[in-house]
Amino acid sequence: MSVQTEGTDTAGKPAVRKARVPAPPRGADGASRASSRRGAGVPYLLLLPALLATVILLGWPLVKNGMLSFQNLNPRQLIQHLTEWNGFANYREVLTEAEFWHVVERSVFFTAANVVLIMGAGTLIGLLLARLGKKMRLTLLVGLVLAWAMPVVAATTVYQWLFAQRFGVVNWVLDKLGWHSMADHNWLETQFSTFAVVTLLIVWMSVPFVAINLYAATTTIPRELYEAASLDGAGAWKSFTSVTLPFLRPFLYSTTFLEVIWVFKSFTQIFAMNEGGPDHLTETLPIYAYVQGVGNQHFGVGAAISFLTILALLIITSYYLRMVLKQEEDEL
Amino acid sequence: MKRSLIGRIWPNATAVVLFVGFVFPVYWMFATAFKPTGDIITDDPVWFPTDVTFEHFKKAVNADNFWTLVLNSVTVTVSSVVISLVIALFAAFALARMRFKGRRGLIVTFMLAQMAPWEVMIIAIYMIVRDSDMLDSLIPLTVFYTMMVLPLTILTLRGYVAAVPKELEESAMVDGCTRAQAFRKVIFPLLAPGLMATSLFGFITAWNEFPLVLILNKANEKQTLPLWLSQFQTAFGDDWGATMAASSLFALPILILFIFLQRKAVSGLTDGAVKG
Repeated sequence: MSVQTEGTDTAGKPAVRKARVPAPPRGADGASRASSRRGAGVPYLLLLPALLATVILLGWPLVKNGMLSFQNLNPRQLIQHLTEWNGFANYREVLTEAEFWHVVERSVFFTAANVVLIMGAGTLIGLLLARLGKKMRLTLLVGLVLAWAMPVVAATTVYQWLFAQRFGVVNWVLDKLGWHSMADHNWLETQFSTFAVVTLLIVWMSVPFVAINLYAATTTIPRELYEAASLDGAGAWKSFTSVTLPFLRPFLYSTTFLEVIWVFKSFTQIFAMNEGGPDHLTETLPIYAYVQGVGNQHFGVGAAISFLTILALLIITSYYLRMVLKQEEDEL
Repeated sequence: MKRSLIGRIWPNATAVVLFVGFVFPVYWMFATAFKPTGDIITDDPVWFPTDVTFEHFKKAVNADNFWTLVLNSVTVTVSSVVISLVIALFAAFALARMRFKGRRGLIVTFMLAQMAPWEVMIIAIYMIVRDSDMLDSLIPLTVFYTMMVLPLTILTLRGYVAAVPKELEESAMVDGCTRAQAFRKVIFPLLAPGLMATSLFGFITAWNEFPLVLILNKANEKQTLPLWLSQFQTAFGDDWGATMAASSLFALPILILFIFLQRKAVSGLTDGAVKG
């Protein structure tokens, strides 16, 4: 997951967007309107390759996913290239299975826990960055950027090593701190501790994005607002709640949505850590779809699970986009 | 504003603790990679490598297919980034410079496409690729990675194109350039930094991609580095020195690119703040 790369998303960050994507100059409209009278088809022609790619490489897999979810597609049908439609049978199977609802519940809790931790820690660290002196801020920024930049699979292997049962540095520290039963602890043995390691990994790699952008957003708050607040007799806390927080609110809302989407669909961290184990107990929806569909070769059922997951994500994403678009209406 | 001694100390103390917390995993990866095995498998960790060894790197590099996989990763990443840049440049120019019906809708479409849940679409993509007999090939990977990075490339480039003053282009056209020439001779050179920044982000996405290559390319010599790395530890039986060396080799290009890029992004942010 491209988690760090996800960090490249600009849509969610009003501050970044303003800086990196300046609005087109206002005078441009008239001139291009004049020229578009001559070549009205030109913009569409220029956009054609991008549109074709989107329709074929993104649209078609989505449609295909929908179609697969209504098919009986097991190894036999796969090998013989048979198309057997079976109506809603896959959905009936998935939705009546207790296991599926366990996975849904797990995914929701997992996402909630991660997002709360990411947003909480990210906000606090972002505010801390704003408060630090120049040297210290730069130091902390370097640390954050390093964590942000770490490729997911590399980070996952490093966490496996940090939490290794034998010679792992975490167990050593816990033992030295007096928790001796942890000296030879196998972190990937239980559901809870596996989730703990994965959560720490995801929070570690996601916090820098929130913290750095939140810090950047605080630098855009006009100084005069604070001066006005202190003239009105506001203390530190009051000026925080009446100036800083309202200013950051749109950023915090959109980033929370963004993190919900990213954590909910995270695949690599969980899969590369322990393949959804122990005993399938850390499978979230994307992993569950993969294990059912590809691992157990019930491709139709897997597609149904995927489709339900995509629908859930689509709903969250459209809420997110509506919010972002409202925030930057003038820019489009 | 005057602050008490404690008020001045705690932010710095917290910052130091946080710095260590964020850096340690990265540090530990490199440190382990350079330590002799005896210093890795010890009851008390060796915090700073004193005897530096390259043995683990040798082992990682000499692993089966290592150079094939490097070549695969580079091929897939570079081609998908270049193809998406070319496609995006046309689209970004239209979106930034021209007014036409459906423009806003298209921008929203690309924003939506940027959020596409590729991790959950892998079963459908697997069936499509399998039906076209393209499993264990680098072509589908390249094609889908292109699409993964395309929306962001378009949206970012659109900003860079819009930032080039319209007047430059117009005066070039007054001087007798066609619109295409004006684009090639005036806008394109000015876009170079934007193209760099955009392509680096695409590079990171494609270099790191894991779920799709996991499902599409099972043949050992057709995989890419992330898949290889995820299986490395199992394949080498808990040889943490070699595993960390492999991780370091994989992470290093990205770490360098990212730090280079992030500095620009952050300074861009503050510039924007000053200019309002």
